[in-house]
Amino acid sequence: MALLDIKNLSVHFGTEARPIIAVEHLDLQIDAGEVVGIVGESGSGKSVTSLALMGLIDAPGRVSAESFSFDGRNLLTLPKRERRAMLGRDIAMIFQDPMTSLNPCFTVGDHLIETLAVHEGGSRKALRNRALELLTQVEIPDPARRMAAYPHQLSGGMSQRVMIALAIACNPRLLIADEPTTALDVTVQAQVLELLLRLQRERGMALMLITHDLGVVAETAHRVVVMYAGQVMETGKVPSIFTQPRHPYTEALLSALPENNIGRERLQTIPGVVPGAYDRPQGCLLAPRCQYAQESCRTTRPTLASPDAGSQVRCFFPLHTSGPKE
Amino acid sequence: MSVEHHLLQADNLAKHYPVSTGFLKPKGLVRALDGVSFSLVAGKTLAVVGESGCGKTTLARQITMIESPTAGHLRLDGVDIASSSADQRKALRPKVQMVFQNPYASLNPRKRVGSILEEPLVIHTQLNAAERAEKARAMMARVGLRPEHYGRYPHMFSGGQRQRIAIARALMTGPKLVVADEPVSALDVSIQAQVLNLLMDLQAETHIAYIFISHNLAVVEHIADEVIVMYLGRVVEQGSKREIFDHPRHPYTQALLAATPRVEAEQRQIKVMARGELPSPLDPPPGCAFHRRCPHASEVCRSEVPVLRQVDNHMAACHHAEEIG
Repeated sequence: MALLDIKNLSVHFGTEARPIIAVEHLDLQIDAGEVVGIVGESGSGKSVTSLALMGLIDAPGRVSAESFSFDGRNLLTLPKRERRAMLGRDIAMIFQDPMTSLNPCFTVGDHLIETLAVHEGGSRKALRNRALELLTQVEIPDPARRMAAYPHQLSGGMSQRVMIALAIACNPRLLIADEPTTALDVTVQAQVLELLLRLQRERGMALMLITHDLGVVAETAHRVVVMYAGQVMETGKVPSIFTQPRHPYTEALLSALPENNIGRERLQTIPGVVPGAYDRPQGCLLAPRCQYAQESCRTTRPTLASPDAGSQVRCFFPLHTSGPKE
Repeated sequence: MSVEHHLLQADNLAKHYPVSTGFLKPKGLVRALDGVSFSLVAGKTLAVVGESGCGKTTLARQITMIESPTAGHLRLDGVDIASSSADQRKALRPKVQMVFQNPYASLNPRKRVGSILEEPLVIHTQLNAAERAEKARAMMARVGLRPEHYGRYPHMFSGGQRQRIAIARALMTGPKLVVADEPVSALDVSIQAQVLNLLMDLQAETHIAYIFISHNLAVVEHIADEVIVMYLGRVVEQGSKREIFDHPRHPYTQALLAATPRVEAEQRQIKVMARGELPSPLDPPPGCAFHRRCPHASEVCRSEVPVLRQVDNHMAACHHAEEIG
């Protein structure tokens, strides 16, 4: 059974009469110990999905789902107190900007000890030792001295390591990392990604890696979920989704990468822009920008189909299939 | 044989900032830019690559005359910016324009697109309102904005369109050189491709030169002709794009290339070649600034600063450049 099982998740903002659809009919399963990359451009709903998971969507945001379960427990019906105990312990999250996610008034040690005290408890001394151990695990040099450091005394890479230490403090089974390396330089990014994957392997936790960088996903994930305008467009295993994308959007994203245009004068582009909050197309959300769009794409919305085990695609005319094409 | 005309020539350019390190403590000195030399001809793109704190933005500030260099020479169109008078600098400014990283912050939210585009003309030309409007509309067509956008405000546009407005504004004075500081890093992949194409089309049409500042090597590989790799204010490697990407000789360049995430199958894994982080610019390590993170560091690297020298067909500042290759 999947560790995380989301069926038909929708997140709406705005008024009931005129909702802004951030996430629409999203299905997502993550198995224990799996690394899943969620890719999408800004506004595709990838961050909102993770916030919904953590129960961080406030009114007027509305979260609804057919099934929203973690480890067999329905997060939507769970009493608030139990859910809160679960978050941060079983499901932990790392945010994009490490410099603003730590409280500037408290030291690194305070942060870690607070988290451990809330979820696990123990004597002050034991907590301190646990905190030191965590800092060592995330490869912070001179951890004893860093315990007394305030966030402003840390570099971006160091802050992100502290964030990771906080997230793994209670041995979560699912770690959500929302753009964990976007604010970091490339050589630091590589080190942080390596650390995340090492921790993931050692602890056997599931990792949900949200990013806009296809390269990061290609190097880390087992499975990729491609989102566009609040919907899952395609999911697939890692080598095949990059070599044989099924969805035209995935294909277009890949072909827009400069590294796939070596020797070309011009980059291939996706014409147009992501649909706005109030002008979502009636048919396939990608139809106005899709080079393969047919008449039926403009009038009816395709559903997420599963052409073979381990992959899903939301398209009437998927690419790279042996089935009917053109 | 035609002699290539150097539009921009930097010669040992340096910019040092004094910084306060605390009450009654001696002032520190940050060598944000330390002995950078390069030249650029019209119609070409020079990419400046490096991580935060390497001095690439400081370089842009010298070239765009926002600041004056501490030492060295910077010749634009034959005039030395470092020793020029205020009048000379004013005459030079329309020739150098800038496109900034974040199009959400670089456009005045209280001005319409039309007046954003016309402002450079108000400052630098004697054109009347009708002539300015005509020029602005012509420029909008060239960067792919529709005529009805003339009267709109920046908040009504998407990131890609805003960057088009910023590019149009930079081109209004007919510059010979555009300094683009991370122009696509705030944009999504699909939009990034559109903006890069626009920049390249405009270069082909008007023969402007670009200084393209970026940390994204994949983008640089696409757009650049020449590449400078910087680390802590100094050039560590410099040469033509193909040389730098195919035969990097400096361990830092190699670490950057290795760390750049790639989709291509054979490179699909995380490679960490440089451990640790950038040292404090206030207290740079002795010898080679990179030696504490470098896998090839030896005794000489800890004591002697490597000079930028010819290795094969380009320049590298590494004691071991020959062995590494």
